[in-house]
Amino acid sequence: MNSDPRHRLRVNPILCTGFGYCAEIVPELISLDDWGFPIVNPRPFDEDKLLHLAERAVATCPRLALLLEEVAPEAG
Amino acid sequence: MSAVGMELRAPPQIRPAVGTRLMAGPGQATGYERIDDHHRRLGPRPAGGKTLFEVLAQSGLRGRGGAWFSTWRKWAAVGRSSDGHSVVVINASEGEPLSSKDRTLLMLRPHLVLDGAVLAADTLGADDIVLYLSKGSKATEQAVQGALKERGRAGLPEPQIRIVRTAHRYIAGESSAAANRISGGPSKPKFSLQRSAEKGVDDRPTLVQNAETLAHVAMIARYGSDWFRRLGTQSSPGTTLMTLSGNVRKPGVYEVDLGARLGNVLEAAGGTVTPAEGALLGGYFGTWLPATLLHDLPLDVDQLRSAHGASLGCGVLAVLPQGGCAVVEAARIFSYLAAENAGQCGPCVNGLAAIAEAMNRIAVSDSVPSDLDRVQRWIGMVRGRGACHHPDGAVGLLSSALTLYSDHARQHASGQRCYGATVAGFPRPPGPGTEWR
Repeated sequence: MNSDPRHRLRVNPILCTGFGYCAEIVPELISLDDWGFPIVNPRPFDEDKLLHLAERAVATCPRLALLLEEVAPEAG
Repeated sequence: MSAVGMELRAPPQIRPAVGTRLMAGPGQATGYERIDDHHRRLGPRPAGGKTLFEVLAQSGLRGRGGAWFSTWRKWAAVGRSSDGHSVVVINASEGEPLSSKDRTLLMLRPHLVLDGAVLAADTLGADDIVLYLSKGSKATEQAVQGALKERGRAGLPEPQIRIVRTAHRYIAGESSAAANRISGGPSKPKFSLQRSAEKGVDDRPTLVQNAETLAHVAMIARYGSDWFRRLGTQSSPGTTLMTLSGNVRKPGVYEVDLGARLGNVLEAAGGTVTPAEGALLGGYFGTWLPATLLHDLPLDVDQLRSAHGASLGCGVLAVLPQGGCAVVEAARIFSYLAAENAGQCGPCVNGLAAIAEAMNRIAVSDSVPSDLDRVQRWIGMVRGRGACHHPDGAVGLLSSALTLYSDHARQHASGQRCYGATVAGFPRPPGPGTEWR
């Protein structure tokens, strides 16, 4: 049982214009659709490495369209 | 294309109702029911507040705007955030081309709808009531203006109800789009981590409620929850308004008992003109049904969902004529929906356009078999990726047709000619709009 805080990525599809940097930075969680827009894996994660990459992707988005949300930790 | 967006066709002639609750009273010939007649027939509007809230919970009323969400739960969400300055929006924009129930209701019984809105404002601590109306229906607006003048002259103790008009667009009725428009912006959905109940018009807690739902509230406030539950089913109590079109003898708006079967409703509409090929239930975001299911189909919302993966939506039923083709009609509707996107989200703007282009080729049997695979791929790619549910509704409609008529769709895709496109009698989508205000 892991009680670390969990996070998940979300994209604001209105702000997003498909630069695609996010998919390059954290391909573990983001891939691009046929038109270059991000398909974001909504699964909550707690791995440090993923969190680091997710934070970098959020900071790099030129449109500030990517959001990192905190999710309640897994129940025991 | 007119500068104010598309014109609406005149509403179908109002027919006698199957159930008579909302539709009881004077018919169409006399115009809207005047306030004196309304009060004589139904009594004055009762008070709102905690008692009404409890009665509403007991009544089991579910929203008639398409989602069938529990009305008291929706009120509770707004009530939680309300501080006396919340907003009640009467959603009468009715962007669904196959639906005319809301403007029919407003043209006949405006005081019933307005009573319901005032009851909501009373109960939720709202000091602003807005009637959100599409620009397409002048007759509806005239009736409402008349009713509002009457209420003003009668000096009823209620906030002044104002009208905000918007371009007649398919998604203008979406909650955040309505709140956006009423706040002064375009009638386009917003992306928000908070719902309209918490942050809606001018960032105030907002109740966006379908006009028909509010009419039911006005009746429940007068007659109680037991009375309401005398019709309908346990999970879908009461009556609802349905708009019937296409292959039926007497198209129009009908008030139906939710405990009835769809066959009863078709009977009330005079039956079909030619043997039905199938039907679209729920509107442009609805589900295609085979002809064999129509007679016994329950109207109960939960049964429809669990047994048939279908929904009444905003009460629309459009019946296919004999020889008609659901693949063709679905492609036509999908093209309209693709053109009605708000231009905000990449997957929707691009995805729906790509699907529409392939579907139009498939519809005229001028495609390659892999076009169907392309369509399926993009349907999966687009789902859930917009700021609102427009892309989901559109691909849902298409997916329903392609599943029910999968063999026929494959015939289209392999170049086999289908003459369904030449068969008249299924309503054509209107031209897409151009304005957003």
